[in-house]
Amino acid sequence: MFDVNEGIIQVSYIIATILFILALGGLSNQETARRGNWYGIVGMGIALVATLLGDVTQNFPYLFAALAVGGTVGIIAARRVQMTQMPELVAILHSLVGLAAVAVGFANFMDPDRLAHYIGVELTIHDVETYLGILIGAVTFSGSVIAFGKLSGRITGNPMILPARHWLNLLILLGAIWFAYQFVVQSAAGGGLNPLLIMTVLALLFGIHMVMAIGGADMPVVVSMLNSYSGWAASATGFMLGNDLLIVTGALVGSSGAILSYIMCRAMNRKFLAVIAGGFGTAGGSSAKSDEEQGEVVPIDAIETAELLANAKEVMIIPGYGMAVAQAQHTVFEITKTLREKGVNVRFGIHPVAGRMPGHMNVLLAEAKVPYDIVFEMDEINDDFPDVDVSIVIGANDIVNPSALTDPDSPIAGMPVLECWKGGTSIVMKRSMATGYAGVQNPLFFLENTRMLFGDAKAMLDEVLKSL
Amino acid sequence: MKIGVPKEIFAGERRVATTPEVAGQLQKLGFSVVVESGAGAESSFSDEAYRDAGCDIAAGADDVWSQADIILKVRGPEAQEAARLRKGQTLISFLWPAQNPELLKKLTASGATVLAMDSVPRISRAQKADALSSMANIAGYRAVVEAAQHFGRFFTGQITAAGKVPPAKVLVIGAGVAGLAAIGAAKSMGAIVRAFDTRPEVKEQVESMDAEFLMLDFKDEDGSGEGGYAKVMSEEFIKAEMALFADQAKDVDIIITTALIPGKPAPRLITADMVRSMKDGSVIVDLAAEQGGNCELTEPGKVAVQNGVTIIGYTDLPSRLAAQSSQLYATNLRHLLTDLTPEKDGNIVVNMEDELIRGATVCKEGETTWPPPAPKLSAAPAKAKPAPAPVKKEEKKPSVLGSIVGMAVAGLALLGLGAVAPPSFMAHFTVFVLACFVGYMVIWNVTAALHTPLMSVTNAISSIIVIGALLQISSDVPLIKWIAVGTVLLTAVNIFGGFAVTRRMLEMFRK
Repeated sequence: MFDVNEGIIQVSYIIATILFILALGGLSNQETARRGNWYGIVGMGIALVATLLGDVTQNFPYLFAALAVGGTVGIIAARRVQMTQMPELVAILHSLVGLAAVAVGFANFMDPDRLAHYIGVELTIHDVETYLGILIGAVTFSGSVIAFGKLSGRITGNPMILPARHWLNLLILLGAIWFAYQFVVQSAAGGGLNPLLIMTVLALLFGIHMVMAIGGADMPVVVSMLNSYSGWAASATGFMLGNDLLIVTGALVGSSGAILSYIMCRAMNRKFLAVIAGGFGTAGGSSAKSDEEQGEVVPIDAIETAELLANAKEVMIIPGYGMAVAQAQHTVFEITKTLREKGVNVRFGIHPVAGRMPGHMNVLLAEAKVPYDIVFEMDEINDDFPDVDVSIVIGANDIVNPSALTDPDSPIAGMPVLECWKGGTSIVMKRSMATGYAGVQNPLFFLENTRMLFGDAKAMLDEVLKSL
Repeated sequence: MKIGVPKEIFAGERRVATTPEVAGQLQKLGFSVVVESGAGAESSFSDEAYRDAGCDIAAGADDVWSQADIILKVRGPEAQEAARLRKGQTLISFLWPAQNPELLKKLTASGATVLAMDSVPRISRAQKADALSSMANIAGYRAVVEAAQHFGRFFTGQITAAGKVPPAKVLVIGAGVAGLAAIGAAKSMGAIVRAFDTRPEVKEQVESMDAEFLMLDFKDEDGSGEGGYAKVMSEEFIKAEMALFADQAKDVDIIITTALIPGKPAPRLITADMVRSMKDGSVIVDLAAEQGGNCELTEPGKVAVQNGVTIIGYTDLPSRLAAQSSQLYATNLRHLLTDLTPEKDGNIVVNMEDELIRGATVCKEGETTWPPPAPKLSAAPAKAKPAPAPVKKEEKKPSVLGSIVGMAVAGLALLGLGAVAPPSFMAHFTVFVLACFVGYMVIWNVTAALHTPLMSVTNAISSIIVIGALLQISSDVPLIKWIAVGTVLLTAVNIFGGFAVTRRMLEMFRK
């Protein structure tokens, strides 16, 4: 083979690291994002080639076969996936990273040279690294699989609350620490497979339990949290292998996911721990309040909606998860196009937690070819609502709930919301009068300047489009 | 049941209680509809149009009154109509029971059930049936149209080749539904609009219509009475108010007064002196003419010119916009009827438990049920709660001590780690901590719209874990080799899938 020495590999890794950082930096705006993705691809290519040439000495056929098969599956999945299913795809891909971390950890543990390489404190540290890598990997794996199930509707989106679940989690944590101790002791004596296996099972159970207890509306937090975990798993594996590239990349991904989780939590005005502890909508709060008579809603039909829209000057569209479910984004864009041709200024207002994944709505709208310069974030647009003539809320509920600002007892109190009620008319598209994910009644529906357009979002919007 | 719509017989009344469109909707509720021939003629609805909407056309009023189970009217019944009302029949119209006790007595005696549109309670649920508001809205609009007709100048200011035209100044007194409608109409014609009301809570509504709200420098008196209507004010207040009007009268070109207090004669706000002080060609529209007028010189039902000022005292402004009034009034009636027929089977149920129906019903089967008990809710609870304070963000300021303690603990832990860990570990650890910070700095710059691509691209690069498998794949231990092969396969899915899907998404973002 070529003469690729340690130094060249190190340099390749540094280059790969820099390219990865540039890849993430590129995402700071749409113009540079595509280039950023290419940086990532090139970085990954360089890292792979360097390792291949430097460290792999045999079994090349298997390696290439695995790469080819895996790569084909990945590309097919990427081509086929519907944009509305993005959260599911991302979740299942996370689970693969978790599983890979577990596999690498076990393989590393089984390496017969291990005891020869490390002695004393170094062995202990190495063992702890292995243990942590497998632990985080296993939690990521099972958690992501459950998240995938929830997002794709294979598992119910309602939080599953076991009795004494916090104690259960604590028990698992204590168990993990105890088996870590056992593992380190036994490993020094040449054994240790049993504690490692038991811990893996515990970690898998923990991952399942944790995500099962989280409601569907908190999924953006969960997906970004699992994103973070997959990074930490890679980082722990890097420590185990003494490989800086893995450590750095893992740390980048880990902090990226952590920041996303933080942003999502802030957008819901919830504490990260409260989300992870799960069970939204089960706490007392003012759920009793929702039974109060709120007044009467005023329904509207598609034709009147079309008239309202055609006569407006400023229209704001507020999409939510319901738009994704109904696959209505293309119709929404057709309506947008028609209205803009008539000189109506149509814009989109996106709440950070709309949908089931950070940025979900942006991707859906982009898929429908909505130009991104008319799509705005909540903070950019909230002050403009008094000038808006008509707001259309498509399949969203909690993110436009005025009680978040006015009712201190509301479970969503303090959550920033899109203040569409300050505009002229709000048209809310819903299938029925059911409450939103948080189980909170929405006073918006009963306001005088709100009109309800009941029915399937896509069917209704098609009718609106026809009437335009 | 059969709904009958007779022609209005009150002199000058041009409205009709249902339109062809609404008649069609009434039939959907299970009713059949009979309309007196020519009932809609004054509102531009021909018999033909009613027939097309599925109504029967009756030749005369007697026919309608004898056939129908429910009579819909605009004005309250005249003596001859009241005589036709029979037991078991239901009449829905304006009635003003407080002003017409005699009529109410007569109607009660007939044994019929009568619902007065003017008695629909002022609760939010009943707004759809609130005919007073819809009529007031029209009156306000029409008042501006009448004023424009008698006013000799533009409303809007213009600079033309033939010289500069100043905009007209309009003062609206009483910012209820009619007042607000007048403000809106005058504003959209380009006038400068000022408004006054004794109820301070309407200031916001006035300003929302881009008009100027005239404040009285007077504390501790709130003119809001029950049900969102105005009440009688104290003497000092009225004095201050009159001074303000006298001042304004010299300045403005048009005054539209809409001040009414329920159950009382209209307050005298514009005195003869004030009229005298107005510029020649000015116009006063007095919407309270029927209740005696807000202006001393108003002649109800007529247009009077006094000292060069035109004073319009029409009492039938809604009727002067008959097609529009009929349409809105008919829709109000339809909403009330919808509530009266819960089963949608064409049979009305006068459910006295229902607050809306209870309020509107003035007599039922020979019993007077007016006045109704006080409504549970006021339409304007503005005073009750001074707008709940916005929820304060519960951001505790991190105490300096806490953060120092936290840092100290973290520092000690790191020192402890450094004390026992071998240098090779510390080197990796340094890299790790720095990488976390780089990640932190970089990610905050990512735009929120790209959060999904961010996740898929980080997912792809976290598959760098494949390096671990590559290091193991050359192992001589078959198990390790196969595990490594499997891992490469898994991560390959991720690498290729992750980058490909990111590319696909980013391609979609376009300007």
